[in-house]
Amino acid sequence: MRVNEKWLREWVNPPLKTEELAEQLTLAGLEVDGIHPAAGEFSQVVVGEIVNCEKHPDADKLQVCQVNVGSDQPLQIVCGAPNARTGLKAPVALVGAVLPGGFKIKKSRLRGVDSHGMLCSAVELGLSDDHSGLLELPADAPVGQDLREYLELDDAIIEVDLTPNRADCFSVRGIAQEVAALNNAPLTAPDCQAVPAASQEKVPVTVSAAEDCPRYLSRVIQGIDASVTTPVWMNEKLRRCGMRSIHPVVDVTNYVMLELGQPLHAFDKQQLRGGIQVRRARQGENITLLDGKEVALDESYLLICDAERPLAIAGVMGGADSGVTENTTDIILESAWFKPATIMGKSRKLGIHTESAHRFERGVDPQLQHAAMQRATALLLEITGGTAGPVNEVAAQELLPQPVTIHLPAERISRVLGIDLPAEKVRSVLESLGMTVTEISGGWKVTPPSYRMDIRITEDLTEEIARLVGYDQLPSANLSGELAIEPVSEAVLKENRIRQALVDRAYLEAINYSFVPEKLLHTCQQPGPFVELANPLNEDMAVMRSVLFPSLLVNLGNNLRRQHPDVRLFEMGTVFATEKGSNSPYEEQQRLAAVRCGLRDAESWAFDKQPMDFFDMKGDLEAILALGGRAFRFQPVAHDWLHPGRAAGVWIDGQEAGWLGQVHPQVAKKLGIKKDVYAFEIHLPAVRKRTVPQYEPISKYPAVRRDLAVVVDQAVSFDAVREVVESVSQGLLKQLILFDVYTGPGVESGCKSLAIGLILQEKTRTLADKEVDKVVAEIVSSLEDKFQAQIRGSQ
Amino acid sequence: MGSQGLFPFFLCIQSLPLSETGINVDNLQELLQQAKDELAAIATLKDLENFRVKYLGKKGLVTEQLKQLGALPPEQRKAAGQEINQIKRLLQEAIGARREALAEAALQARFEDERVDVSLPGRVVAPGGVHPITRTMNRISDIFAQLGFQVVTGPEIEDDHHNFEALNFPAHHPARTMHDTFYLPDGHLLRTHTSPVQIRAMKERKPPIRIIAPGRVYRSDSDQTHTPMFNQVEGLVVGKDITFASLKGVLEQFVSTFFEKDLRLRLRPSYFPFTEPSAEVDVEWQQPDGRQGWLEVLGCGMVHPNVLRAGGIDPEKYTGFAFGLGVERFAMLRYGVDDLRKFFENDAEFLRQFS
Repeated sequence: MRVNEKWLREWVNPPLKTEELAEQLTLAGLEVDGIHPAAGEFSQVVVGEIVNCEKHPDADKLQVCQVNVGSDQPLQIVCGAPNARTGLKAPVALVGAVLPGGFKIKKSRLRGVDSHGMLCSAVELGLSDDHSGLLELPADAPVGQDLREYLELDDAIIEVDLTPNRADCFSVRGIAQEVAALNNAPLTAPDCQAVPAASQEKVPVTVSAAEDCPRYLSRVIQGIDASVTTPVWMNEKLRRCGMRSIHPVVDVTNYVMLELGQPLHAFDKQQLRGGIQVRRARQGENITLLDGKEVALDESYLLICDAERPLAIAGVMGGADSGVTENTTDIILESAWFKPATIMGKSRKLGIHTESAHRFERGVDPQLQHAAMQRATALLLEITGGTAGPVNEVAAQELLPQPVTIHLPAERISRVLGIDLPAEKVRSVLESLGMTVTEISGGWKVTPPSYRMDIRITEDLTEEIARLVGYDQLPSANLSGELAIEPVSEAVLKENRIRQALVDRAYLEAINYSFVPEKLLHTCQQPGPFVELANPLNEDMAVMRSVLFPSLLVNLGNNLRRQHPDVRLFEMGTVFATEKGSNSPYEEQQRLAAVRCGLRDAESWAFDKQPMDFFDMKGDLEAILALGGRAFRFQPVAHDWLHPGRAAGVWIDGQEAGWLGQVHPQVAKKLGIKKDVYAFEIHLPAVRKRTVPQYEPISKYPAVRRDLAVVVDQAVSFDAVREVVESVSQGLLKQLILFDVYTGPGVESGCKSLAIGLILQEKTRTLADKEVDKVVAEIVSSLEDKFQAQIRGSQ
Repeated sequence: MGSQGLFPFFLCIQSLPLSETGINVDNLQELLQQAKDELAAIATLKDLENFRVKYLGKKGLVTEQLKQLGALPPEQRKAAGQEINQIKRLLQEAIGARREALAEAALQARFEDERVDVSLPGRVVAPGGVHPITRTMNRISDIFAQLGFQVVTGPEIEDDHHNFEALNFPAHHPARTMHDTFYLPDGHLLRTHTSPVQIRAMKERKPPIRIIAPGRVYRSDSDQTHTPMFNQVEGLVVGKDITFASLKGVLEQFVSTFFEKDLRLRLRPSYFPFTEPSAEVDVEWQQPDGRQGWLEVLGCGMVHPNVLRAGGIDPEKYTGFAFGLGVERFAMLRYGVDDLRKFFENDAEFLRQFS
């Protein structure tokens, strides 16, 4: 809502500077977004009259004007504006004038003709963005008068960002009431006295949708002169509040709307066929709106119709057929109250924002229609002339919002605000806001004014009291209250512990949007269906991610392009899936994913310059898995997005929890990554499960180490070998160390040699060599049986 | 280092008494002089051992002299024996000292050999870093943990009921239009704020309630100062003596603790359907042009009775306050990040600054 300060001060004039007034409004919840001057900074601009206008001898688009500025001689001014014409009054910047932006006006020659000043457009004076031609001033503008003085331009435009509850402040009146309450200042309202009917002319009105429109006022005004120009004072107020002058009748309706908050509409009476009907639209009906837009209607719309067709979408916009024009002589003025719920959402649905719909959907004062009708009539008669008929009211009083009486217990104020206010203060605050206050035992009964439809319950009143007292005047206190110790589970690892482990391994944490391009998921070979948005911002944010790693790969690619060759990134977050049959049709899962490429170790004199491999990535994951102390294992898996020979599934406590591997080179390539990239993605709750330690006595007896070199087929996994060793070691195996894996000369081709250190220990006694020999012999023979293994160098 | 330094004891050997036996005092003197010269030239432990054998071994030169004692007349024997033994002892001591000196020199040589350039970089794994949003959220949780706030979470795909209806946004309410909502085809939505967690928490818990709910939220808005996804931390306190004064107190303490500065705070009346009275909170902050200005950092208010009811809590018995803060805004102010979008680009050079 934009309101100019001068207009506001006509209503209420507290002794505050503009900035103080703005600050006061902001601190009362009417947030001032900005204060702008009503015009640019300029000087020595006066009202001028073009007394003669001739074509420039040497330029097609220029005219040579003789302009009367009230001095002895007219000034000769060369002008390029298309609307420069004899008899026009327009602003003249005299020689020596300074226009907005420091532009100085000097005597000049334009194509050989002297020019003593400049005729100005609105944009040149910082009045509006209208640069279609010279600013046309009314015919009665006094020649020679300073323009700032004439238009009263030393004014500020205050822009207020209204919260949705404050429908009452969509007018000068509403903001003025607020300022009056805040300053205890008197309020001067304009005259809204009844204008008596001078004719008996009226049109019949039928309201068949009384729920939607409990009050409909109409009034015929005949014989108006639509050729008059809107007076400059009205024009200027409209302009400063962000509206353009369109037509004297429309200007008056807009003016009253800005002034009082009641949207009005004017129909051209001659276009009306039969009486007015207020009804819901019928399926299949159409209307062409004032802005030329054709709209297909349905039953949700409320219409103003004549006997044959829709004339307007109630409260939103009038139709093209029935609006006023320069030929209009007789009008029907409408002042109605439409139910907010009926209007709500309509302008959004239609994609047209109107000041009227904005006010109706938030709630117009249900007791304002008569005053607005009278005020508009008076202004119209003054400006356009004409004869007013009687006000024709069709109303269903019982369907209008009824005044409420709210109980305000005194203790409620201290219970909510934490302050004891004197009863007198409470009463005066509420009364200053136009409420009727009656004292009762232990509190008050309060009736808010009709325009405060947002005040319905006790809490609404405590808020008003807090607001008027000032939030800064309310006390602050330490939080007090009962505190109990909450359960703390040791069996769940903190997410930050996992983060820290990765950070310590040189990973950077990433945060990506939860929505991704569907294409990216396809590129990463992810099977759908994905959770799609109905109204995505764009195609790149159209589906919710079903996995984390694709965005990380994109991040990795971007970092490679930014010349960071060794990238390690991880992300923790939610992934989304559609899941039919459960309570919610969607499944959200917390995941941890990481991607890595480049060197194993940072490039340094101290390390070999080796590229990282599968086992570096596996080590990173194992470091995370080890935090929880749960049993985990890896097995080959086939995932389309992974290198078939370097892909592992991860099982934690026997449950598949995620995967690890080299990203398929073709997937990487499609994402612009030429390097080998490794990734893992894992179910976070599975990783966070943690074993609470249970102490086991430490053996006092020495451990024995035996080393074996086990030569097996390449296809035999180390895990398989380990399982055999563990199963036959009769509980003596304390630790198994795989200290070398070798292929090459000395080992049969197609085979590998696993060098294994066995550490054996008994808890209650020293192991005899014979026992150890026996266990090792069993291990050896089992390995030979199971895998046709050749065992070397047993010792 | 001369021999004097190493063999000061030679200076202690005064002229030996004259003798008229086969053992010639001059010979003894000569022997000592010879040993002294040889020892001074010895540089290795092996040479030192050879030297010892040569003089003090079973057939050593000094040992030989001792063997000749028997040939002396008895009255001279004692004196000569003393002299030879004195020379023997002196030589033994000299050899011991020489051995220690050589060992020390060897050790020093080894140290010299093993000397490193301590300025070479260590074999380090340089740490990565947590995301500044996480870092900020952790800081926020840590501060509220002091007052017993528990961390809870909720789903990101919500239904209309939890995101709006239960929070006192009726259908078509204009306040809904302030939330540019992402919808799913079936009418579910991406939560536009963390406030739905309030409803869930109230249903699951009984007063007194003190929770914070950090998480991602979504609004269909994207420009210089808005990203379609951002992070909020919701706070909710419900209990018996919870007032607007406690809300003010908690927020003032939180903000000054978070920024480690006594910042001026300004509460402005505002409107959220789920709180009443409602406030927006500004902190006084130095703007880029150097002037002090107010910067909005969070929204808050006393929980609306309809919301308490929707959470199964009797508003006649309990009151509560709630607040919601934008994590990115706090991170930007704390760490001087000037572009919101940087948080989601995941540029290593940016992220590394928060390790």
